[in-house]
Amino acid sequence: MNIYWQTLRRDLRIAIRNPSSVLNPLLFFVISVSLFPLAISPEASTLSQIASGIIWVASMLAVLLSLNSLFHYDFENGVLEQMATSHHSLALLILSKITAHWILTGIPIILLSPLLGLFLFLDSESIKVLMITLLLATPSLSLIGSIGASLIVGVKNSGMLLSLLILPLYIPILIFASSAVSQAQFGLEISGQLYFLATILLLSLMSAPFVSSIALKISLE
Amino acid sequence: MSSLVISNLSCQRGYNQLFIGLSYTINAGDIVRITGTNGSGKTSLLKILAGINSKEQGEIHFSNHNVKSDKYQHEVLYLGHLGALSGELSSLENLQYLTALNQTNDEQALSKALGDIGLKGYENEYCAKLSAGQKRRVILASLFVSNARVWLLDEPFTALDPKGVEIVEQQINKHCAQGGLCLFTTHQDSALENQRILAL
Repeated sequence: MNIYWQTLRRDLRIAIRNPSSVLNPLLFFVISVSLFPLAISPEASTLSQIASGIIWVASMLAVLLSLNSLFHYDFENGVLEQMATSHHSLALLILSKITAHWILTGIPIILLSPLLGLFLFLDSESIKVLMITLLLATPSLSLIGSIGASLIVGVKNSGMLLSLLILPLYIPILIFASSAVSQAQFGLEISGQLYFLATILLLSLMSAPFVSSIALKISLE
Repeated sequence: MSSLVISNLSCQRGYNQLFIGLSYTINAGDIVRITGTNGSGKTSLLKILAGINSKEQGEIHFSNHNVKSDKYQHEVLYLGHLGALSGELSSLENLQYLTALNQTNDEQALSKALGDIGLKGYENEYCAKLSAGQKRRVILASLFVSNARVWLLDEPFTALDPKGVEIVEQQINKHCAQGGLCLFTTHQDSALENQRILAL
């Protein structure tokens, strides 16, 4: 388990010393959300209706943007090769890298979301639900995304391929998360959607690191 | 007797058959230099022995442990021709992580290893600022702390100055004298004594 924390610390340390790769997706997230009121309408009633959809789509695309770098640098410089020859489980090492990815992408998105929610006239109850859905689902985005990232790791200019591989798998999360926020705006029950998001999180937590490790081993050959 | 036994190994990359039916036994204390032209499969062979690449057919055992087993992986140290260094981390941080993947090490031993390979005073220097030869030395410093008995070194002398080559050769000799074994590739002249040649 010690190697899990060492890998996590290493990835966070690299990200702190080279912040541009982490900041780019977050800037994309903030800028894309803040452009909608300018393009559609500054009306509170219009914006609050579509706020959850806008924030969720933007956060999903921001995560997608950041996935390219999840394994890319370690593949290029040979660290993944060393991970593969380690006697530690590659899935555990990958889980650690996914955790670092979530800390650097998911958590900032969750922390920024109330601000952007207010910007789009979401009421406080809906902002709370938005944050809960993000908290439940952004780890799944990182986990599922790692499968795509590990499959395309050796392929040049693979951004489009990654989107094609991963976006279909993100759709259920998008539907359930944004509908939870919309329903909360009308005071309706949302536990069904939250249970579904939690189920996706558990399933992806159990399977994604193993699937990614198999895909990475294939990519390393 | 611990020996690395390769039996009837074949490897194909794309449409190229690199080698067929390769059988070879490397005993404790042996230093084996893999020779061959560019593209003859030297790196592929080392990667298969390290368990990174899968073999087309054949068997690989060390002390009766199969290449896929955890015990085999415990015994093997593979240093590829890629640096495996992150520019944002210092020499010591890089070495700490790379060695942690295979064993536990204390910081003092790692600092000493960096000193032994001629990087004293560069422990906290970011690897992005090091020269190619110094980066190579950071990686090779893991030879001074490794507990693995099988060393698989892909082009270990690349970018090293003569003094650096001498230090690494001394370390390989010491390792093999203590019952380890080493397979390496190089296109440079090597002064290692008693080296056997495995020609691909």
